[in-house]
Amino acid sequence: MLENILRIAISAILINNFVLSRFMGICPFLGVSKKTSTAAGMGMAVTFVMTMAGTITWLINKYILVAFNMQYMKTIVFIFVIAALVQFVEMALQKYSPSLYSALGIYLPLITTNCAVLGAVLLAIDTYNYGLVETIVFNFCAAIGFTLAIILLSGVRERLETAKIPKFMQGFPIVLVSAALISIAFLGFAGM
Amino acid sequence: MMDIIVPVLLFSAIGLAVGIILSVASKLFEVKTDERIELICELLPGANCGGCGYAGCSACAAAIVEGNAPITACPGCSNVDKIAEIMGVKAELSEPKAAFVMCSGTTQNTLKKYDFDGTMSCSDISQLKDGDKLCRYACLGYGDCVKKCAFGALSVEDGIVNVDKEKCTGCGVCASVCPKKVIKIMPKNTKVYVKCSSEDKGIVVKDNCKVGCIGCRICEKNCEAGAVTVIDNLAVIDFEKCTGCGVCAEKCPKKIIKIS
Repeated sequence: MLENILRIAISAILINNFVLSRFMGICPFLGVSKKTSTAAGMGMAVTFVMTMAGTITWLINKYILVAFNMQYMKTIVFIFVIAALVQFVEMALQKYSPSLYSALGIYLPLITTNCAVLGAVLLAIDTYNYGLVETIVFNFCAAIGFTLAIILLSGVRERLETAKIPKFMQGFPIVLVSAALISIAFLGFAGM
Repeated sequence: MMDIIVPVLLFSAIGLAVGIILSVASKLFEVKTDERIELICELLPGANCGGCGYAGCSACAAAIVEGNAPITACPGCSNVDKIAEIMGVKAELSEPKAAFVMCSGTTQNTLKKYDFDGTMSCSDISQLKDGDKLCRYACLGYGDCVKKCAFGALSVEDGIVNVDKEKCTGCGVCASVCPKKVIKIMPKNTKVYVKCSSEDKGIVVKDNCKVGCIGCRICEKNCEAGAVTVIDNLAVIDFEKCTGCGVCAEKCPKKIIKIS
């Protein structure tokens, strides 16, 4: 059991990192990675949403969708749950951390359409057929992987601020190249 | 038939449950915001220049509403009367200010003492032998201020910075980033000013710059209002006393006193 969970964790964080090898959740990955502090905040918000989404959708899937034989509604119901969760996180953040709320800006409600959240949920339930504990671990670790990737990129971007970059590479081009290089580095974990 | 009704009912039930949870949460996490903050925020320029001393325009709006800042807090705002209306107080216009570059050291007037090949920024170059211009008080012209200006009012011409008075709001960001402290924030309608910052002795200035103030005191002697004094080899105009007659500018042998 423990070995299994450890395997899931390492796979989700490093080997099949959601951003760097599955290429999900690129929008916030590029959008909020300008500063390490906001990137970490985004990572935490996504971690909360993904873990909660994994737990709730697994329960809904098992006790409502499967029980009533309507798994074909999965995607719609899951998106619905994720949207509600994001609303919840938004309200909580506005109350308890207004500065992070304003720093995340438009990217906070956009977690709703962060495909990494729906992707992790569907992968855990559809593809891997995980149990509840495994699903929670998988979703949590996928989010940790996302956080790791976004913090790594924000660190690179903070150093790019002071670098002398040719004019045609300034802005998004250099960010995409950096992201690609980090992604290649993560390829080293493949086959572990 | 049941194939349709059951999913619809179930989906509605899930929706209802989520709706209830969210409405409870919105009560629980309710943040009371003053609607005036948003209204004022829309009236502010939205450039987030920081000239008011707050983090951005929305922070400034919040401070105005809370009474921590005067309604004229924003140096670049043209809607003070409307903000006053929202806040229910009378508008007292603050004197509009603008940035003035106190240097005439164009590339023709003051030569370079070395060629630098690297990051072209004033803050870097100013650390290397007081900058690459012969005059150590000169505007370096690499445009650190131009990059910071939120209103696009600055430009570099002939190696010194020029201010577009129409666009300048006097927020003072440029003055704070200038490593040479060559930009001064003064009332926009300032009539006469000395476009030089050099405190070197006249003989040194003559070597370094074709137009720099040499501290000859001709302006001081000729000013009827007694508004010009030479302090540390540099003519300084007291704007309270200055009548804007322009005699100093006329008599200045270096033509460094400018009339705007």
